[in-house]
Amino acid sequence: MMARVVHAIQCIGCPIGCGGEVAVEDGVVAEMTGFTCNKGLAYAAEEVVAPKRMVTTTVRVSGGGLPLLPVVSATPVPKDRIFDCLRLLRGVTVVAPIAEGAIIVADALGLGVDFRAARDIASL
Amino acid sequence: MREFSYDVAIIGGGPAGLAAALAAREAGAERVLILERDRELGGILQQCIHNGFGLRRFEEELTGPGYAHRYIDLVKATDIDVWLDTTVLAAEPGGVITSVSPHAGLTVVRAKSVVYAMGCRERTRGAIRTPGSRPAGVFTAGAAQRMVNMEGYLPGREVVIVGSGDIGLIMARRMTFEGAKVKAVFEIMPHSNGLTRNIVQCLEDFGIPLYLGHSVTAIHGKDRVSGVTVSKVNDKLEVIEGTAFDVDCDCVLLSVGLIPENELGRAAGLGLDPITGGARVDQFRQTSIPGFFAAGNVLHVHDLVDWVSEEAAIAGRSAARHARGELVASGRQRSVTAGEGLRTVVPQCLSAFEPGKMSVRFYFRAAKPMGASLLQFWADGALAFERKLRVVKPSEMIVADIPVRKIGDAATLEFRVLPAPEKIDAEDEIEEEA
Repeated sequence: MMARVVHAIQCIGCPIGCGGEVAVEDGVVAEMTGFTCNKGLAYAAEEVVAPKRMVTTTVRVSGGGLPLLPVVSATPVPKDRIFDCLRLLRGVTVVAPIAEGAIIVADALGLGVDFRAARDIASL
Repeated sequence: MREFSYDVAIIGGGPAGLAAALAAREAGAERVLILERDRELGGILQQCIHNGFGLRRFEEELTGPGYAHRYIDLVKATDIDVWLDTTVLAAEPGGVITSVSPHAGLTVVRAKSVVYAMGCRERTRGAIRTPGSRPAGVFTAGAAQRMVNMEGYLPGREVVIVGSGDIGLIMARRMTFEGAKVKAVFEIMPHSNGLTRNIVQCLEDFGIPLYLGHSVTAIHGKDRVSGVTVSKVNDKLEVIEGTAFDVDCDCVLLSVGLIPENELGRAAGLGLDPITGGARVDQFRQTSIPGFFAAGNVLHVHDLVDWVSEEAAIAGRSAARHARGELVASGRQRSVTAGEGLRTVVPQCLSAFEPGKMSVRFYFRAAKPMGASLLQFWADGALAFERKLRVVKPSEMIVADIPVRKIGDAATLEFRVLPAPEKIDAEDEIEEEA
């Protein structure tokens, strides 16, 4: 017997913010309505099965012109591992100077996601 | 007191100032100066560490600092002069700019063209007249953002957010990431003032409740905030008796709107738009004082930085043309009005078109949320142009290109937004491309 579940999904791919529905049958996406671009369809399909988010936070800087360095995940992180990543980054201190794009933590928690510097920080 | 002369001087080194400077230089202005009061360029983007910037401009999602650095690198690759730690005290007609800085003291710049790019600031508790005591722990969301993201301080551990502007939503997530408990967001209006994706990513993801139609009627606490009282409001925004409840907290963040940081413009005597709080400009972003231009949030508050960059490029190009004497006094100016369904329109007037100009881009804010709608352009009382909009939200700017041939010689120009008679499919909506 087929179990059909319909999820209402609000797309966050861009500021237009399409609302749509994803019907899942036995764990597989069966039908999607309301989304208006391929990016939205891909987001909605992933959102019902394995939601992911980009993660941005800061890490401590030693010897820099500023006390904090903003960092960003190079790719989205599984939603249920966001706080694990934040806990890992809370313990990180980087030494200035730092160049934008530098890898601050490679393959965080074995998730295959790098965290990169979001800006330059000059040394003092 | 030292004196300098420039073709184009730009007040503010945030996203608007950076884009205006680049466009002015590219359009042939030889001596271009950016005056910035902070220690570095980039403006507010430097504290907006979240991503989502630049989808239109760069076709990828950047962080705030990432977006700023794209422009800072472009500016650094030119001979544009940048003065940091420099506060402009006055910018007077004739292009005389007086500024002060710790390293150069009092300085006068004579500029052929001036671009206002000072951005905006946050409305405060005083602006919404929240009663109660005056304890520590009440901050605007942007001030808290600077503390958390740049200075390394956490402004509180149990947080209530007043207003659902984007910065408040972003800070709800940010405070949660830093270990604080965000108890709720209270919005007096029946709709959110933030972008939909921020409601989803910053509140729903973390189970933070958003109370629409609720007003914080008192802030409690002696030395430190101890809590707030909240009530439901009716459709006239009046408190409904008997609906009050208390929420304990040690921090209140306000996200209750932004206003153009336009003191310099007001002091110079610019003609202002009472609704946007910024200058009245024509399609060149020239203000009522010849040679003075305005762009970005000092002109009208934007929701996307991509539009700020685009608008500032218009102002920068126009400033360069004015400096060369090519932007001739426009003669007759026609006024543009925001009619039914709309709150604001920019530009607010039109000067004579440049030769070969095909269309003029207008930016609007809707008065209230609506579903499928029609954006109408009325010239001399007759419907001249119509465009379908799938959805209308006051929090998201409407952008439309109107063909010059539809504008013609009409003396009165008005825009309206009306409910569409039928549902609009995605294929019918025309997206303006930058």
